[in-house]
Amino acid sequence: MSRRYDSRTTIFSPEGRLYQVEYAMEAISNAGAAIGILATDGVVLIAEKKITSKLLDTNAVGVRREKMYKLDDHVACAVAGMTADANILINNCRLSAQRYYFAYQEPIPVEQLVRSVCDTKQAYTQFGGQRPFGVSILYAGWDEHHGFQLYQSDPSGNFGGWKAVAIGGSHQAAQNILKTEFKEGLSMAEAIPLIVKVLAKSMDTSLTSDKVELATVTRDAEAGKMDFKIYEAAELKPLLDVANAAKEADAAAC
Amino acid sequence: MDYYIGLVGKKNRFVMVCCDAQAVHSVIRIKSDEDKIVPIDSHKVFCISGEAGDRVNFTEFVIANTKLYALRNESTLSTKAVANFTRGELATALRSSPYHCNLLLAGYDESTGPSLYWMDYLATLNKVNVGGTGYGSYFVLSLFDKLWRPDLTEAEALDLMLQGIDEVKRRLVVAPASFIIKVIDKDGTRVVKTVP
Repeated sequence: MSRRYDSRTTIFSPEGRLYQVEYAMEAISNAGAAIGILATDGVVLIAEKKITSKLLDTNAVGVRREKMYKLDDHVACAVAGMTADANILINNCRLSAQRYYFAYQEPIPVEQLVRSVCDTKQAYTQFGGQRPFGVSILYAGWDEHHGFQLYQSDPSGNFGGWKAVAIGGSHQAAQNILKTEFKEGLSMAEAIPLIVKVLAKSMDTSLTSDKVELATVTRDAEAGKMDFKIYEAAELKPLLDVANAAKEADAAAC
Repeated sequence: MDYYIGLVGKKNRFVMVCCDAQAVHSVIRIKSDEDKIVPIDSHKVFCISGEAGDRVNFTEFVIANTKLYALRNESTLSTKAVANFTRGELATALRSSPYHCNLLLAGYDESTGPSLYWMDYLATLNKVNVGGTGYGSYFVLSLFDKLWRPDLTEAEALDLMLQGIDEVKRRLVVAPASFIIKVIDKDGTRVVKTVP
């Protein structure tokens, strides 16, 4: 029955649903996971890379990053879904941030950046007849109005501010684990091992450093400088080992 | 000719601006109590001079955009942001239909304190301690160059402004007859003196 209402993106079904938007969200559920946790002194993002092959040339610029991107000095993102769609949105984000800086000579407040991307995403659900973007994005940033912030947006153009959130594959499982494990007032030192643990628990396979991207957004308050750090394999390994061991211990105990 | 002058009380965290209060058309003084220090929000003002229609139209445009931003984002723009936005608008219009007005933007921000920005119709923007425009400012800027100090109190700054007005009246052939002086600090904007 609903097949009749699939082909046009910009019309409602009789039950009041937008099928194309829902199908887009389904596409994202099959993509690599991404999780974000907001700490008192920063934001940490972790993601599962789906494209892993030893034939991949990781020195070539284009494929070095699959999930994590810097949008401006003070805000970064992790994407889940169709990578090509994500590239367009990321470019829009970067443009938006620089246009704001050109006009006001100040960095764009994080929520405004999120809102501008979401307005674009919403447009594709209402007019034009083009399919929505098959991407959900986690935004991690800092601004002087609200400090560190974590936002999540989906293909419908809705967004929300979160303390901890998961998108992509197994996100429901990860979200449930976060609900029990997350505590208020975590520092980055506590949040980083926690986020690795949550990813490990929600995934079926064990974590290896070629399958995981981990990034942090922090700020040196004295120098007034932001720091977006993507962990290299060597730094990742000890964190992953701890999480994998814990996961095996849990599995053995069951 | 429109006259305005502004100065920043850096240490005591205020900014003081003085404008003449004449509305003029050709050789006729239409009004002697025109307030040319227009509020952008509670803690920022424009002092505007230049082409009659342009200056009000342009400043109202900037004020409306500032208000829209505040409503949309539930937070106010800083003085620096408004100054750069204004400059951007002047720059964009410059090579099609320029706004023929010179502006002084005076504001107070909680985090950075008082600030003063001087802008002209060519989209020049400068952050200054003392700034002014008009024939009168030629005399007063040199006077303030000698007398301005970063630690001026509000009373001393007011005295400086009155000395400036005296200088204008003494030396300018077409000196304005009336002036208005305002101050912006953490409590907002208020009139401190009208002359006469």
